Amino acid sequence: MMGKRNPQLDADGKLVHLLTLEGLPAETIVSILDTAAPFASIGEREVKKVPLMRGKAVFNLFFESSTRTRTTFEIAAKRLSADVINLNIGASSTSKGESLLDTIDNLVAMNADMFVVRHGQSGAAHLIASHLQATGKPHVHVVNAGDGRHGHPTQGLLDLYTIRHYKRDFRALSVAIVGDVLHSRVARSLIHGLTTLGTPDVRVIGPKTLLPARVEGMGVSVHHDMREGIAGCDVVVMLRLQNERMKGALLPSSGEFFKHYGLTADKLARAKPDAIVMHPGPMNRGVEIDSPVADGERSVILPQVTFGIAVRMAVMSMIAGA
Amino acid sequence: MAAEAPGIALPDAEEALEALAARMRAGVAHGAAFVGIYSGGAWIAERLATLVPGDHAVGYIDVSFYRDDYASKGLKAGARRSDLPFDVAGATIVLIDDVLYTGRSTRAAINELFDYGRPAAIELAVLVDRGGRELPIEPGYVGARVACARDLSIVLSRGEDGRLSLGVERAGEP
Repeated sequence: MMGKRNPQLDADGKLVHLLTLEGLPAETIVSILDTAAPFASIGEREVKKVPLMRGKAVFNLFFESSTRTRTTFEIAAKRLSADVINLNIGASSTSKGESLLDTIDNLVAMNADMFVVRHGQSGAAHLIASHLQATGKPHVHVVNAGDGRHGHPTQGLLDLYTIRHYKRDFRALSVAIVGDVLHSRVARSLIHGLTTLGTPDVRVIGPKTLLPARVEGMGVSVHHDMREGIAGCDVVVMLRLQNERMKGALLPSSGEFFKHYGLTADKLARAKPDAIVMHPGPMNRGVEIDSPVADGERSVILPQVTFGIAVRMAVMSMIAGA
Repeated sequence: MAAEAPGIALPDAEEALEALAARMRAGVAHGAAFVGIYSGGAWIAERLATLVPGDHAVGYIDVSFYRDDYASKGLKAGARRSDLPFDVAGATIVLIDDVLYTGRSTRAAINELFDYGRPAAIELAVLVDRGGRELPIEPGYVGARVACARDLSIVLSRGEDGRLSLGVERAGEP
């Protein structure tokens, strides 16, 4: 792709793009989480803005629809005083590589400083970053806001931030990730982050048809029985059942799925008494999570959204200043 | 005890703090809030709150998100959460820093304070003024004045016993 060195880091090891959590050094991840903490208080102030990215142009390029992620990126950029331009480009209007890069070239000609990219194809953000490098525009930065099944690094980072906020030390934690791991870029990013930070016990729980082949190779244990898999864990991360990505009969029905893998109070009772419940949203109530659990006192699903803005502010300000 | 340094005589930090407190006793409003700029200014603000009579709320400010060298140097690692546990709107604030040099940190801190509200007044108190201003900023209260070569940084440290001391580093060192 882009030579031997990690394309996200410059020669001094500074973060210049955020493309994936895979291969990102632990100290870089910790530095992003540390930087996000003071940004979290900006949202509570009278003036919810700091001047760091004043005059910078951030383009939100969404080739796949998303409300929450696009909105939180937009809020984050605006709280950094950047100018934000939202482009919602239907997947149908771009066929493949060449037209994507033509779009990029045009936006660079409009003096873009940063692209926040969501795309259905794995590797789209990498492709843009390597194109910018190859065309002599290394000062333009790229943030991957979700690429195919590959990764969603800012979601992974906000999940890590949330876990650290409530549980402090990754080296003493059991984390269970439940549901549709196969289609989940959120799960992939989180697993990479958790293992990089030394989490000793990461479990994935789901039916065989919704777990990727050879998922054990990512350093996780695999469970098909939820009651057994969730036992004694500190953190339960529920994944959205991605009906829109399902091709073929991977599931009997959503009702059947809820019976075996939906998080109910009864199943949650098997986790530690102070276990937290997370979900990247949007939730399918009654499919992967029961309403009383989603709205219950152990749910940190809404704090995840708030933390997500701070984490995205940290990422954008770190790479724009590199 | 003055620390030895190439070409400069540093004052004793504890004596400078006493001198600063004495000047502030004569001038600072009874209800003024003390806001220390991290990290040295925060230590001094805590000490001054016990040394200067009055009802002084203590707050802390980290100017990392307001610095004017972001475009050239990027975001400094280790930024902390600013904490102003009082209503900034209408408050009389004494901004407190360890070493006043170019005035750029003070400028950043004033800008940040205004994003919390409109203070009634902001004053500036510094432990050491080393001159060399690049902005029209003057402190109302100074503990000690020091002449210092441009390529040196004056650095405040706090020992385990809480005592403050001054040292010098070559500029650009950590």
